[in-house]
Amino acid sequence: MTSEHAGTLITGVIGADTHIVGNRILGRALETAGFTVVQLGALTPAKEFVDAAIETNADAILVSSLYGQGELDCRGFRDLCTEAGLEDILIYVGGYLVVGDQPWDEVEQRFLDMGFNRVFPPGTRPDDVLGPLSDDIKKRRGDDEV
Amino acid sequence: MTLALLIDFGSTYTKLRAIDVQAAEIIATAQGPSTATTDITVGLDAALDDLRGQLGKISDFRYRLASSSAAGGLRMITVGLVPDLTAKAARLAALGAGAKVAGTYSFELTSGDMAEFIAAEPDILLLSGGTDGGNHKVIEHNAEMIAASGLACPVVVAGNRSAADTVAGILSSAGIRAIIAENVMPRHLELNIEPAREAIRQVFIEHIVHAKGIDRAQENFDAVLMPTPAAVLQGAQLLSDGTLARPGLGPLLVVDIGGATTDVHSVCDGLPCDSGVIYHGLAEPYAKRTVEGDLGMRHTARNIVAEVGVDVIADNAELEKKQVEALLERTERDVDWLPDTENERRFDRTLARAATLISVTRHAGHHETVYSAHGPVTLQRGKDLNQVETIIGTGGVLVHSENAQAILSAALAGDDAPLALRPRSAKIMLDKDYALYACGLLGSVAPEDALRLGLNMLHQGEDDHGACTA
Repeated sequence: MTSEHAGTLITGVIGADTHIVGNRILGRALETAGFTVVQLGALTPAKEFVDAAIETNADAILVSSLYGQGELDCRGFRDLCTEAGLEDILIYVGGYLVVGDQPWDEVEQRFLDMGFNRVFPPGTRPDDVLGPLSDDIKKRRGDDEV
Repeated sequence: MTLALLIDFGSTYTKLRAIDVQAAEIIATAQGPSTATTDITVGLDAALDDLRGQLGKISDFRYRLASSSAAGGLRMITVGLVPDLTAKAARLAALGAGAKVAGTYSFELTSGDMAEFIAAEPDILLLSGGTDGGNHKVIEHNAEMIAASGLACPVVVAGNRSAADTVAGILSSAGIRAIIAENVMPRHLELNIEPAREAIRQVFIEHIVHAKGIDRAQENFDAVLMPTPAAVLQGAQLLSDGTLARPGLGPLLVVDIGGATTDVHSVCDGLPCDSGVIYHGLAEPYAKRTVEGDLGMRHTARNIVAEVGVDVIADNAELEKKQVEALLERTERDVDWLPDTENERRFDRTLARAATLISVTRHAGHHETVYSAHGPVTLQRGKDLNQVETIIGTGGVLVHSENAQAILSAALAGDDAPLALRPRSAKIMLDKDYALYACGLLGSVAPEDALRLGLNMLHQGEDDHGACTA
């Protein structure tokens, strides 16, 4: 695979969450932007994100959660990646991550502390993700070569 | 009259079937001991003499085809990356090719693994790992380990295509024959095992047949086409699919209960039957074979009893626990033992029912309920066998039983394993004449005749035992 390749991404909706529509729109937009996207769909256990990332040598995992239980489902996600030998993989999370009216910066900090590289609030457009994603992948590949 | 000679070099016996191709009937059968360790021709010659005696003035055979599971069968080790993904795909490919899988390995191989490889003495190794364009480091590492291990058997390389040349190069430079096939999982969760199966079959024909000394008898046949379990799977698929000219039996299941193992073959797409069910995980093969190496009627009978519990076996067989224990010892002491009394027959039947239940439950997919915010959602992993309409039984215990129906009905859905997606009701048939392998072999040269042969032989089994749904 040449370094020109935009990157391989794993997307899916984690846990017992069936909200698939936004995730599919995101997947389509990422494909249009030139990424290779493995779309795992709804109801995806954390382990299946990691398994898919190992086999496909993915650059990033994009986790969606829209039913308020994201904090529970995502706990230990970074550790799972590290255990699987993916210690430097990019992991993003976005959606309605918590229940109730909690200040966004607190929520964001909580997920950053859990090891996610970026955390996206409700209402994020696919275009908002493309820029940071490309930058992060380039940076990660640069780090790899060192 | 066009005649076909179909030979199975089995682990114990070399079995011969003479077929009248036009009439689609077995006109003579014979067998001799499989003495592969000394000379395969001895048993074959004896069986051929027997067959000639029965046929009288023997005419020429138009086809002389063989399958083999002699000399330990086709022993394979499979290697993948993630256990539920490429490692599973590689295992399914090897089983579908008719192999005895001595081990399935994942992730980076270790020196301890290599010691196990050497000890297992595989005939072929199947090396996979990574989707196309995906992970290549692990399969390359594993090729290095294999190259350095001293293992000499051919390796079928069916992993990430971006790594195929590198991997084959590493193996070749160590003097190992490497055969590249398409990836067993080219894209995430997409199963692609046919090319690897075909590559395994080619290696089997070109190398293994010779290595096992089966080609010593080659003046008596035209070709050894495949391992016997692959012939059974192909026969099952032909019987299920039919041909353009003649419909087959539709989705079916084959249960083959042997002395040491129980084989299950299913031919159906296995997709969810209910619209609300979501399929998860790796796709499974349309023609799928599994082998339960721990479930057999003699060598491994104790495992069956351990799995279901001695109390349950005693209850179902209407025996005392002491009697069960005594009979178990007997099966281990004398693997050729056949039941004689009514008690012994009940014991055998109970064991066979348990072997059927466990092996079909393991072969079948499962439902899993996830409680989402919108209520419960049903996930399916593996094949839903609900669509199966026919169950074909074969193997000594079924063929000789007075009540094969009672044994095979254990394959049907029931309370004993409610989440396993087993057939709900099916017609039960018996392959009494051991015609499935013959059907698979003949099918590779004359599919129409092979289909008629298979259907004829199964319908004869049906007449004796009656078809029914349970």
